[in-house]
Amino acid sequence: MTPTVRARLGTVVAAAVPVGFVAVLFGYPVAAIIGRGLAPDGTLDPEPLRRVFTDPALRGVVWFTVWQAALSTLCTLVLALPGAYVLARLRFPGRSLVRALVTVPFALPTVLVANAFLAVGVPRSLGAVLLAHVFFNYAVVVRVVGMRWRNLDPHEAEAARMLGASRWRVAREVTAPALRPAVVAAATITFLFCFTSFGVILFLGGPTRATLETEIYRQTTRFLDLPLAAALSVVQLAAVLALLWLVGRSERRAAVPARLRAAREVEHAPHTPGEWVLLTANLLVMTALLLVPMAVLVVRSLTPPSGFGFDAYRALGELRRGSTLFVPPLEAVGTSLRYALAAAAIAVVVGGLAAWAGARSRSRWLDGFLAVPLGVSAVTLGFGFLIALDEGALDLRGSAVLVPLAQALVALPFVVLLVGPVLRSIDPRLREAAAMLGASPAAVRRRIDLPIAARALFAAGAFAVAIALGEFGATTFVVRPDAPTLPVVIARLLGQPGEAAFHAAMAASGILMVLVVVAVVVGDRARVGRFGEF
Amino acid sequence: MATSAAQTRVPAAGLEGRGLEVRYGDAVALAAIDLRVGPGEVVAVLGPSGSGKSTLLRAVAGLEPLAAGTVTWAGEDLRRVPPHRRRFGLMFQDHALFPHRDVAGNVAFGLRVQGLPAAEIRARTEAGLAAVGLAGFGARSVRELSGGEQQRVALARALAPGPRLLMLDEPLGALDRALREHLVDELRALFARRERAVLLVTHDHEEAFALADRVLVLHAGRVEQDDDAATVWSRPASPFVARFLGYNVTTAFGAPVAVRPDGLVWSAAPGPGTVAVTVVDRTFRRDHFRIRVATATGETLDVAVREVGAPAAPAPGTPGTLALAPGAAVALP
Repeated sequence: MTPTVRARLGTVVAAAVPVGFVAVLFGYPVAAIIGRGLAPDGTLDPEPLRRVFTDPALRGVVWFTVWQAALSTLCTLVLALPGAYVLARLRFPGRSLVRALVTVPFALPTVLVANAFLAVGVPRSLGAVLLAHVFFNYAVVVRVVGMRWRNLDPHEAEAARMLGASRWRVAREVTAPALRPAVVAAATITFLFCFTSFGVILFLGGPTRATLETEIYRQTTRFLDLPLAAALSVVQLAAVLALLWLVGRSERRAAVPARLRAAREVEHAPHTPGEWVLLTANLLVMTALLLVPMAVLVVRSLTPPSGFGFDAYRALGELRRGSTLFVPPLEAVGTSLRYALAAAAIAVVVGGLAAWAGARSRSRWLDGFLAVPLGVSAVTLGFGFLIALDEGALDLRGSAVLVPLAQALVALPFVVLLVGPVLRSIDPRLREAAAMLGASPAAVRRRIDLPIAARALFAAGAFAVAIALGEFGATTFVVRPDAPTLPVVIARLLGQPGEAAFHAAMAASGILMVLVVVAVVVGDRARVGRFGEF
Repeated sequence: MATSAAQTRVPAAGLEGRGLEVRYGDAVALAAIDLRVGPGEVVAVLGPSGSGKSTLLRAVAGLEPLAAGTVTWAGEDLRRVPPHRRRFGLMFQDHALFPHRDVAGNVAFGLRVQGLPAAEIRARTEAGLAAVGLAGFGARSVRELSGGEQQRVALARALAPGPRLLMLDEPLGALDRALREHLVDELRALFARRERAVLLVTHDHEEAFALADRVLVLHAGRVEQDDDAATVWSRPASPFVARFLGYNVTTAFGAPVAVRPDGLVWSAAPGPGTVAVTVVDRTFRRDHFRIRVATATGETLDVAVREVGAPAAPAPGTPGTLALAPGAAVALP
């Protein structure tokens, strides 16, 4: 084998692991449930698919799914883009804390957030859905676009100014084109999340509003109409694939890789009145939109009927009579952490290999492929797990392995987003220099790639922990009743009647939030500079 | 330390900066800078890296807020005039070409902003590219260009809208020697062709003297000397300027003087008015030897040795004497 062939083989093997992982844990279960629904006796029955597009009610569901996602994405961009600028370019005390706090909502389970919104007094409505979608995806825009914004060459905007362009014209003609790939990426992720949104629609949308995702859930659990549910899943999956394909096509002219810039070069303290207004306004938006709902949860958890204090937290240690839980809620903390750490380890290994393989090839199809699970119904996936993973070596039902595997699947695209750019940024001359000093290709990987990637992998792992901690949709289907995770416990507690259960749910939410904050802060601290695309 | 000789010669028209001060937090980047550039005049700001040269350009451009001082053009105060209305051009050291536009798109940017008709924009863009020797490059991507070509595109872009003041940040910065010498001639021709004020900054004194009518030497955010180019070169006003221009600053001959390496005469034999020295180092320069000598008091001096016939220069360790060439010493304050 020539060295080139061997290097290519290495890349292929590295890519095969994540591809196989996604194929077995995502492709196979989803295919199985769709197959069972659409071709129950081996031949394709197109009737359910036809119904999706001919039944006026179902057509309404499809249409609502699309426009609420588009509107949510638009609202998120409008509110979060100024925030991205403020956090990327202005220097002010407490900024890194703000940056960490705005990331927390992203990892919180929907049940919890929906309740926080209801607790603040937001009525069930379209407005509540939009607000909640902004709450969840604000961080996506701030992080993805902010990273790009931060590393834009400030001289380009200044050069345009010197050529006579007004601030507005510079924003339109210089800054906007440079930010476009990041805005498109953030908008795509946001749209996918809103398109497949489940908990937010179910809890905040009110009884008349349904999206594909909630309809799949309703048809499966309420009417046991598996063929129709499968048809809806197919439509959803096709829409997601079409979107990813379109985005990939329009963004093929890949962006110029951003050079990492020194803080002093790109950041400044606000000095004009306009910048102070911008900073203040954005901090107010972040506070009202993101911090208030979280604060309400904490306050509620500290004010049980017995008076201000930690009683609700203490009560988590015991199994109440009549509870639908089989274990004291506090046990869920340990369970959640064990699962999340295992999920993060899996996601880091698989995602790290994907990032490494992706960095060595110019095309980014692997990134797109790994993003597909983001856009697929957690309900479909959960049922797919139950149906598909029940035979032979894949009989994982009831196995504790299934939970971290499902969570790793959800965290995987973010690991790739965080690690890929770091690996891509390694100057090829570093590798050449190492080779000239006598390092074999394996030694180059071990002594150059790995140390540089190690911090990024660690940071990605911490984010994976945060995401896994908050994962609800897929986890709820595969978790064992005697070992629930925190979001599952919160959902169950919220489903129980009584003040005590409600405050217990708030206390569990408080613990979950603290864990997520710690994971996000640890992850942000460990980043290599401010590299990465998330 | 700034001499007043130059200030009386400069016309009142054009750029005038008075008492310019820029601060970064508590750090003072520029202090009490006075600066004038008349129409048709080329002024170079010369100084080592970190002396505040680029900051000065940015302050004049309006990109850096002033803590104190005023910038005026023909008497008009520019304090409330934003950068894009000052009609100043700035060529950045790293070129800052727009990566999403081709070469013509970059050069045409300032013309489009002015809202000129498309035909005129096209004509002036082509003329601008031809003027910097890049005719026919319009459709190229700026990412494919070499460093020298990027430099020229940046220059054509800055010149295209017809700025009344052209500012250049290290215009020949990262180019190789041959290209630099070539571009110096081109820049001179471009400057001479128009009645435009030019303010450039550089750390390279040869570049400053080759391009500029007047040179302002900057050190740690302050003006060390502001004179016409020949005066700065022949009469450095401070020990800092003298050293920066390659002079020896010495008290070996009595009062402190600045003297260039070729203003010192090496001899193996003692003589009247000479100083005893020992050679410590010797290097070969293109057309002469440069020796470094140490005096008895521990000063080291660089001396040019250009005797006909090799081996002319003494080896390290050789004792000898130094004398001042007539008229070579410049008195220092």
